[in-house]
Amino acid sequence: MFSADLFANAVVSGLLLGGFYAAVAIGLAIVFGQLDIVNIAHPAFVIVGSYTAYIFNTTFGFDPVLVGVAAMPLFFAVGVAIYRIYYAAFERTGQESLSGLAFFFGLMFIIEVTLILVYGVDYRLVSAGYSGNTLSFGYVDLPLRMLVPFLVSLTLTAAIWLYLSRTFMGRAIQAVAQDRGALQLMGADPVRIKQWAFGLGIATAAVAGALLIIIGPVEPSVGRQYIGRVFAIVVLGGMGSIQGMLIAALLLGVTENMVSTFYGPSWAPAVAFGVLLLTLALRPSGLFGR
Amino acid sequence: MRGWGFWAASAAVLAAGVGFTELADNPYYFNATYVVLQALIMAVAWNILGGFTGYVNFGSAAFFAVGAYTTIFLHKAFALPLAATILAAALVCGLIGLGVGYLTLRLKGVYFAIATLAMGIVLETLVNNWSFVGGAKGTYMLTPDQHLWFDSYSEMLFMVMLVLALGAIAVSRKLSSSRIGRGLAAIRDDEVAAECSGVPTLRLKLVSTTVMGAMMGVAGAPYPYFVTYVDPISAFNLFIAVNSIAMPMIGGTSHWAGPVIGALLVGSMQEIITVTISSELNVLLVGIMLVLFITLAPQGIVGLVRKHWKKRKA
Repeated sequence: MFSADLFANAVVSGLLLGGFYAAVAIGLAIVFGQLDIVNIAHPAFVIVGSYTAYIFNTTFGFDPVLVGVAAMPLFFAVGVAIYRIYYAAFERTGQESLSGLAFFFGLMFIIEVTLILVYGVDYRLVSAGYSGNTLSFGYVDLPLRMLVPFLVSLTLTAAIWLYLSRTFMGRAIQAVAQDRGALQLMGADPVRIKQWAFGLGIATAAVAGALLIIIGPVEPSVGRQYIGRVFAIVVLGGMGSIQGMLIAALLLGVTENMVSTFYGPSWAPAVAFGVLLLTLALRPSGLFGR
Repeated sequence: MRGWGFWAASAAVLAAGVGFTELADNPYYFNATYVVLQALIMAVAWNILGGFTGYVNFGSAAFFAVGAYTTIFLHKAFALPLAATILAAALVCGLIGLGVGYLTLRLKGVYFAIATLAMGIVLETLVNNWSFVGGAKGTYMLTPDQHLWFDSYSEMLFMVMLVLALGAIAVSRKLSSSRIGRGLAAIRDDEVAAECSGVPTLRLKLVSTTVMGAMMGVAGAPYPYFVTYVDPISAFNLFIAVNSIAMPMIGGTSHWAGPVIGALLVGSMQEIITVTISSELNVLLVGIMLVLFITLAPQGIVGLVRKHWKKRKA
């Protein structure tokens, strides 16, 4: 039953998968981890990213990753608009906890149903020159349709990490997370900074969506499977810590892949929830919490 | 509504229900009202936690599905009658509500919301892998031959649902006006202040998650007999969860009558749109109504009516 090459392959493809999970979770690490906005619609935006990549790939033959990067400004603008509504309707009146959550839930549902109405529930996929190729090292296989998303995701994560820690705006975002009042005293407008950060979080969904559809076919309700995953990753990673988020994503990817290799793929969706519940029960501040 | 008025109204509704089963014989009417009543119980149950304490449950569909699958399991394993499976579903789902609440409600409220959302995925995975209750393929349920003194089984199911719905409303009304209800309202308004004033917040929250879970299980228990074919996709349908949030939000969460009004209004609208236009559009419309109501009228219809009355008085 147990064999070394099966094990090695499960670890390696789990790492590739986990690296990709980082791209899906990073937007939430900013929005939920730093701004405390529980955007459960984030995976739905990732699916919108997948469909954007799908549309431009099938009609014009563009590379999905390029489409994802090019779509970032548009997603950013949508994110800013959504934050404006969220702020005006809930945050200003202190109703984030009930109404704000229900708002994002409704948003997620509207996005999913609209996609179903327009494109149906068929699985969609993209074609890129590299998607069929596989690199092999000994008995470890590296399929390019997993390796490319892994590398792009790591690049995105590194870029966001540099942005948050090195630039003025990035530090301002972290300041909002730490002490809003102090920031106001310094003469900065927390709402403008949060709006910028929320836009950034949604913009990462464009790239994550493109990566998702490179890995495998996508249909509108796939996003729901990612809700448990992304929240498990962000909470386990210690809320808002980008390095913690990356390590948690890799851990979850490997665990999920182990479970699906040795117990069957139908059990994999339950892993994220188990991780989430265990984290909440044993160490709610996450592995790398402050 | 004062005590006797409420009970008189309930008795009148029950009598009207019996009269309805005697007079009407088109099974569509019973199926349509069954669907509305099922949504009503779910909405009332959701509001016991969401409206009274302010904690969001996204996993309504999971509780509902566990109720339905409890019936399927007990029917297949021991051939138990419907009344017994309803009780068992209440017990199982109440325990799940208690467990999830105990694990997450000690932390921030959002964790409870996220946990309920993810719980649906896990329970669906479990059912998908459990071949005794049909697994991913789903399972058929035969409609039993006896249906008491009613003309058909669907008429009996309609009456069962009506009784359960009235019971759910009575429980929710009782809870909201009792000591527990005042404690829950205190939690909703300011949990820290409530805790400091000696309100046993965790215990009260657990009471309401348990009652909510049990009620949702009860709503799901007769479902296999109603549709006769159940698979995980239909039982764990996200639409059930959206409806049970949208209906109280649209009706108004602060009063026990809010979810009832919301469910009757939205539920009947859905039945009409499904028949006349299309069921996909109806699903989209609920999502849009939910978002519009919470952004523009966060107090729901009850809140709008109250505002109107205040203006007229002034």
